[in-house]
This record gives sequence, structure tokens and C-alpha cells, in this order.
Amino acid sequence: MKITNTIKITKLLAILFISVCTFTACSDDDDDHDHESEEELITTVNYTLTNGSDVVTLKFSDPDGDGPIEPVYDIVGDLTANSTYIGMIELLNETESPAEDITEEVKEEADEHEFFYTSDVSGLTITKTDTDGNGNPLGVETSLTTVGAGSGTLTIVLKHEPTKPNDGSSSSAGGSTDVEITFDVTIN
Amino acid sequence: MQRLIFLCAFLYCMSTNTAAQDCNITFKGRIIDFHDKTPILGASIAVINLNRYTTSNMDGVFEINNLCKGKIILEVKHISCETKQITIDIYKSINKEIFLEHHLEELNEVVVKTNTKTEQSSVEQSIKKAVIEEYTDKSLGDALHTISGVSSLSTGNSIVKPMIHGLHSSRLLIINNNVRMFDQEWGDEHAPNVDINASDRIDVIKGANTLKYGSDAIGGLILLKPKRYAVKDSLFGSTLSSFNSNGLGGSLNSEIIKTYKSGYYAKFQMNYKQFGDFEAPNYNLTNTGLKSLNGSFRFGYNSFEKGFDAYYSYVNNEFGILKASHIGNVNDLDNAIDSPLPGVIEDFSYTKDFPKQAIVHHLGKIEAYKRFKGFGKLTVQYDFQINRRKEFDLRRGALKNTPVIDLRLFTTSLQPNLQIDYFDNLKINTGLLLRYQQNDAVSGTGTSPLIPDFNKYDAGMYAIGNYNLNETTEISTGIRYDFTDINANKEYNVTDWQETYNYDELFPEFESGAIRGTDIPTNPRFTYHNISASLGLSKKFDNNIELLANYGLASRVPNPSELFSEGLHHSVARIETGFLTIGKEIANKFILSLEKNSNDFGFAISPYYNQINGFVQLIPVGITTTIRGAFPVWEYNQIDAQIFGVDIDVNKKISKNFTYIASLSLLQGDNLTDDIPLIHMPATNFSNRLSYVNANLNQLKISLSHKTILQQNRFPDYNFFTYNATIQEDVFVDISSTPPTYSLFGLSTSAVFKVFKKGSVKLEFNIENIFNKSYREHLNRLRYFSNDLGRNYNLKLKINY
Repeated sequence: MKITNTIKITKLLAILFISVCTFTACSDDDDDHDHESEEELITTVNYTLTNGSDVVTLKFSDPDGDGPIEPVYDIVGDLTANSTYIGMIELLNETESPAEDITEEVKEEADEHEFFYTSDVSGLTITKTDTDGNGNPLGVETSLTTVGAGSGTLTIVLKHEPTKPNDGSSSSAGGSTDVEITFDVTIN
Repeated sequence: MQRLIFLCAFLYCMSTNTAAQDCNITFKGRIIDFHDKTPILGASIAVINLNRYTTSNMDGVFEINNLCKGKIILEVKHISCETKQITIDIYKSINKEIFLEHHLEELNEVVVKTNTKTEQSSVEQSIKKAVIEEYTDKSLGDALHTISGVSSLSTGNSIVKPMIHGLHSSRLLIINNNVRMFDQEWGDEHAPNVDINASDRIDVIKGANTLKYGSDAIGGLILLKPKRYAVKDSLFGSTLSSFNSNGLGGSLNSEIIKTYKSGYYAKFQMNYKQFGDFEAPNYNLTNTGLKSLNGSFRFGYNSFEKGFDAYYSYVNNEFGILKASHIGNVNDLDNAIDSPLPGVIEDFSYTKDFPKQAIVHHLGKIEAYKRFKGFGKLTVQYDFQINRRKEFDLRRGALKNTPVIDLRLFTTSLQPNLQIDYFDNLKINTGLLLRYQQNDAVSGTGTSPLIPDFNKYDAGMYAIGNYNLNETTEISTGIRYDFTDINANKEYNVTDWQETYNYDELFPEFESGAIRGTDIPTNPRFTYHNISASLGLSKKFDNNIELLANYGLASRVPNPSELFSEGLHHSVARIETGFLTIGKEIANKFILSLEKNSNDFGFAISPYYNQINGFVQLIPVGITTTIRGAFPVWEYNQIDAQIFGVDIDVNKKISKNFTYIASLSLLQGDNLTDDIPLIHMPATNFSNRLSYVNANLNQLKISLSHKTILQQNRFPDYNFFTYNATIQEDVFVDISSTPPTYSLFGLSTSAVFKVFKKGSVKLEFNIENIFNKSYREHLNRLRYFSNDLGRNYNLKLKINY
């Protein structure tokens, strides 16, 4: 009895060890993966406003994501009063080389995304000119109209999985915020 | 022979032939101690059906003369031993040797009495199979809620972490079938991966003084124990099914057990559980469904002198997490806090969308023992665990079905243990531990891992002595030493490494010399030496009153998240940062307990005080701006803390059929360094239960229960202001204020029907949250987003065969 037991136990231990080895064997195959690049990171937002030859660009870039380097705002040009601009949003992940265009992904999943624009400059209005597959606004393409001169801020928010359709304000649309940046704008 | 370690009786039979005549039969016996084969003097022997008594003499011998042919019921009593009854059919004079033995619980089925303890001098409470079955479709954390002083830290309603005296996660040891669970237990939203249906009994040890399992049980231990089966030929099983109106789901649990007279046994158990979206009183909690498939298999051989036990369990859990809790930045959080309704409410569904968790846990062990006469018992245990945790968030494009967290933790250990019970008054338990652990942050997540790859080696040794000072007093003392070596691979951002954290000066030895772009690969390696100790005293008085006093010194090495975490945590909209400078946590816990164990009137009053030096906590320190907007930054830091309180339990038999049970837990936690309350401490709570039991009427049982959790008024104020760009003003974000007091009522009814010869059917009908009360619990991490569960009707059917 004793000997058969010992044999049984030895056998069992052997089986266990073998199974453990099989379970863990695959864990050595993937070295050097400790620091992967952040594949879905948005590092850069370009909002390009065009009215004929009058081009204004609002650029925000934060190349290391939530890392220690402070983000950079780069605003080229001032808006002109009483004008209408065609606005285009571009989202990039510049940690990849070449930079990955996140705007494409947003457009592909247009029904799960929406941009929201707000400004405290009086008379400045931004209208979304594109729609998703369901006919709800998306906001990659916009039309920006200025009235008088002045200055203030312009905020761009991108929501992932907001309620669509909504009342047009980002806070009541719910979802999770993927982009929220505020530019200082001047209208001459 | 004065043994306080109770339970006795193991019988070997030897009969001799003597002439037999009616009413002239002599029953001769000898009572012997198994361990040293010494005769037992002064055991009382009663033939209870004949009302005759005798005692054993110096040689352990007793004799009962002039017995008639027929059945006699013999009752053998010895001081500090549990009374043992033996029924014998006698037709001639016989001679019987009766061995008294103190390790019955390891050999035979034990009838667990309310006062049977795992550790004689520790302050512990247990839940039995009947209670476990009430929670068959719930979690370990839910079941343990029935014990005073135990609360839980939860993420929604299905991810529930038990909390003892305000402490959880790495500060609690969960021992499943004698194996310490390693399932990434450091995470606040990582529920223990155990299937409570696989266990027969769960003990909660509130002190830090069970050194056998580790030196870091700062909060206490939870022991999940299997059943010991009787050594007889038998085949039996049960099937338990449960259905719930809330979540439109339930579970099915089946187990089958085969035992042999030779000592072999086998058990197979399976459990399947599925729920759709749960609901709060007025709305659906979208994406809170769950699915769980568990199984366990066990076989072994049991005899008094030797045996083995092999066990394997598989747990596969998939938890949906409230969709509304996936938020982007602090403004989203603020909107959620201000809004009475969750941001997303959809129709009921069984589909689990994102966010969700999928966890698979394998646990296997084999244990073998051999007992040596006049010495003790040697046990060797080998075990392994594999934990694979995947957490899915809302993502875009090709990464949609890719987890953001994918970790595989492999743990294996070898534990020899020697129990010396040769000495009359002293029992020694000593052993070694060797453990290896490997964490693998599996590639392909498209994010930098929350915690890095690491290898961890542990070695420990301990010795625990239980000494019986006299018949009513027992002292236990123990000491344990542990060595831990953690060796990790992690890339840091160069600016962070050199400037933000100053690690290049603090830990130059971790640098490999290379710099890859903006990253620096490092090899953090830490070794720790831990000493822990325990001291316990138990003193029994008349009327079943017992006084216990425990002191425990525990030290805990920092867990991987405290050392390494770095990055955004979505469901709480915060950036969490761990530090390599975090050191050990050392706790001194004192606990007293005055208990009266009786079914008529019993109580336990247990005050405690826990002083923790270097208590690691995660607190907000500032705000950082990213492309997604503003996020609060939460950092780990170390402070000195104290937690003290009292647990009170009372049970009273009001009449033959009515019993009343009540409990109260009071607790206060202080951050001594900053002189403010400690974060996430359970509030004062109390519960009552009135039960009606009629054993003659199909074991009918009707219970009304109530639980009140008061508002936690002692909390640290970590509220802050943040700029909301959309409305262009600063907004106040109230993350600290606690929800108001709430009371929940429940009804449970059950009855047992004998439907066929060898089996019975138990029917149960329960209502939870009878009044459909809307409430939020401050220890639920999703309390910012939605109310807790509404009313639930539950129907259970258990078939024993």
C-alpha cells in the first residue's frame, strides 16, 4: 500500500510539473515588449481654417502623451472679422513613424464619435458640415463664421461613444472625452 | 493526560472469544493515547442506555459486567475531549481497545460546532456550507459580508473585494484549499478568483497571527476550506440551481463525491453562472452582466497515518463593467457626479460590451502527509497557480477587441510543514516556504503595461508553538522570517527617471547604461527581509465564556502597483503613479475578544487596535493637462496610520422556534502623519436577523434581515477645482463626500422535502432589498456613476442525492 501510494504521488507530481511547464512554456516567447508605443494615443490636433488664401492653423501637440513634457500650442495667423472659414480637423499620433492619422479611424467609426466646438468670442459660430452614416453631425469638417473683432477662446472636444443625436453640447452628450483642448483666438 | 486540543476518538476493534450468556456479558476496554501509546487514566465511560458508569484506571482499563445481549451505547469522555458515542451490538464478552486521538478533523467528517476554530487562540469567525449556498451565485466578498467587521471594496456589484477591519487587497491573505491566492490581488478592482461553491467552510481570521501562510497579513486572513470526508463506501452529490429576477440570471452548481472504506475519495464540482444587466431601482445598469464557469476536481487518500490530497480548480470569470463608468477626463467625472442618472442607460441585454474584465485562474496542488508515532506529522505541499487577467476598455479601430491590460502571473511554491504533537502540553508547527513568481505583461496591448515583467523569489520559515498552561489556558506564540527578491524590467521616460523622480541618483544601479530614444531601460531589483511574530492567549471560563487576546506583528513588502504603476486609470479618470522609493509597511495589531458560545444566548465583543507604520495609500496630489483634458494625479505615499474599532455579535434564542442575531461594527481610521481621517474606511454598520425555524414542518425556515450602513462622516477632503473649458469656468469636483445612510431589508424562506429514499429537495425563496431602496455605498468605486442594486427575487432549488 505504501509503495503504491508513493508511486501514485510521484506520478501525480510528474504530471503536475509537466502541465505547469506546458502552461508556462509560452511565456518566454515575447521578450522586449515592456514598453510598447501607445498605439491609440492622440498627440497632435490640427485645426486648419481656410478662407481662400487666408489660412489660420491652430495646433496642439503633446508628443509624450501624459508624460512629463508639457504640451505645446502653436497658433499661426489671426482670424479676420466678418469672414467664413472652412475648418478641417486632423488628429495624429506622432509617436509612430510615419505619424498615424487618427482622423481616419474617427471617420470610419463616425457613428461612435462627435466633435464639439465652443467659443466665448461674441458672434463666432462653428457649424458641423459633415455627418455620420446615420445623418447625425460628426464635426471633422466645419464652417466657422466670424462677425466683429475680438479675442477669446475656442474649445474643441472629441467624444467617444456619445449619445447621438444630442442637443449639441458636449456635457449632455455623455461618452468619454478623447480630446479636450482650448486655444486662444484673436479676430482682427 | 490533560489535553486541551479537543476532539478525540478513533477506534480500533479487537475482540476475543469468551463464553456468552444472557445478562452475563463483560465488556472490557482499554483507553490509549494514539500519539505516545500511553494509557489514559480517568476517562469516564457510560453505558447511557443502561445508566451505568465507570472510569478507566491507571492502565487505562475499564470493565462493565453483567451486560445483557443486545445493543449498548457507550459514551467515552475524557477531560478536554469531546464526548464520543459508540454503539455496539454485543452478544458475547468482548475486549476493546479505544484509542483517543486529537486529529479527528483530518481523518473523519467533522461536525463543525460554532466554537470549533482553526487556530485555537485566534479571533476568528466562520461561515458554513449553508451560508455559502445562500451565496451560490454571488461572490466571496458578498458572502463574507455576513461577518461583523468584514466589509467590501467593490467595483459595481459583481467585482467585490473583501475588506477586514478596513484593509483589503495586498493586506489580506486569501488561502484557498491551503494555497495562498496570487491573482493580481493588489488591484482595487481585482476581485478574488475563487468559486465559493468549491469550499465547505470559510474562516475569517481577524488578527495578524496566523504565521503559517505569510508574514504580511496586516488586515487578516480568509481561509477557504474543503470538506473532509468520512472513511466509508459512499456515493453522494447535490445540485443547486438559483434564479434571480434582477439580472435575469443565476447559477447551476453540481457536485458529486465518491468515498471508499479504504480511505480513497474523489470529488468533482462544476459551476456555471450567468447574468445580464443588473438593475438599480429605476434604471438598467447597462453592461453589468457577468459570466462565470468554474470547476474543481479533487482526489486523495486518507488514513490516520498517511495520505495525500490532489486538487485542481479552474475559474473563468467575465465581468461587464458599467458602461457609464468609462469616462475621459475630469470634466466627464464631474458631469457624472452631478448627474443623478448614469450617462448611458440602454435596454436589458446579456451582451458584455466594453469596459469589461476577463480572468482565468488555474490552481493546482498536491499535498501528502505521513504521521510518525510518538512524534508528529510531516506534510509536504506543492502548488501552482496561473492567473491571466485581461481588461478591455473602449477603444478605436483595430484595437477594439484588444485588451488594455493583459497580465499573466505564474506562481509556484513548495511548502514542507512539520507538526510535532508528542509533548503533552505543547504543540509545535514549523515549516518552510519556497516560492517563485513570474509576471508577464503580455505584449500586443498597444499600451505600456500597468505593471512590468518581474521575477519574484520568496523563501520563508516559521515556527509556531501552542502551549497549554492549564486546562483552561492556552498560549500560542510564533515567529516567521521571510526573504523576498523582486527583479523587474521596466522602461522609464528619461525625463521622468532623471528629473521628475530623481531615480538616476537614487537608484543608479538599476540603469543598464543604454538609452533608447526618450526611454531608459532599467532593471529595478529589491530584496526584503521580513520578520513577523504573534502572541496569543485564550482563557476559558465557566458558562462557555472565553477570553482571547492576540498580538500580531506583520510586515508587507510593497506590491507591484505601489512600486511601478504609471499612467491613466480610466474608470476613475486619474493618473496613478507608484514609486520605487516606497518601502515596507509594518503593522502591530492588538485584538481582544470576549466570547460566549451558546445557542441560547451567545455573544462576542472584539475590540482591536492596529497601528501601521509606513501605510501605503493612494491620494490625489495635483492636476495635469493632457490632450484629453485635465486629470487629477494620484500618487502612492507612505504615512503612519491607526485603525481601531470594535465588532459585536449577539445571538439569542427567544423561544423554541425563534432566534435573533445581531451585529455591530464600529471603526475609525486615522492618518496620523497628516492628522486627518484615513481614506476608504468602512462606516459604522449594524444588522439584525430574526429567524423562525420549525424542524418538524419540513425544516421550515423564515428569516427577516436588516442591515444599516451609516453615512461615513470621517473622510479626508480631497475635493478640488478644475477648469471646465466647455463652460469656461472653474468647477468644483466633489470626489470625497460620502453617500447618505441606507438600510436594506431582506426576507429568506426555505423548506426541505423528502422526495425519494436517499435524497431530499430544498426549496428556497428570498427577496433582497425588499423596499427597492435606491442607495449608493461609499466603498463602491462606481458610486459616482449609478445607484446600487434594486430589489431581487431569488429562487433556489437544491437536490441532495
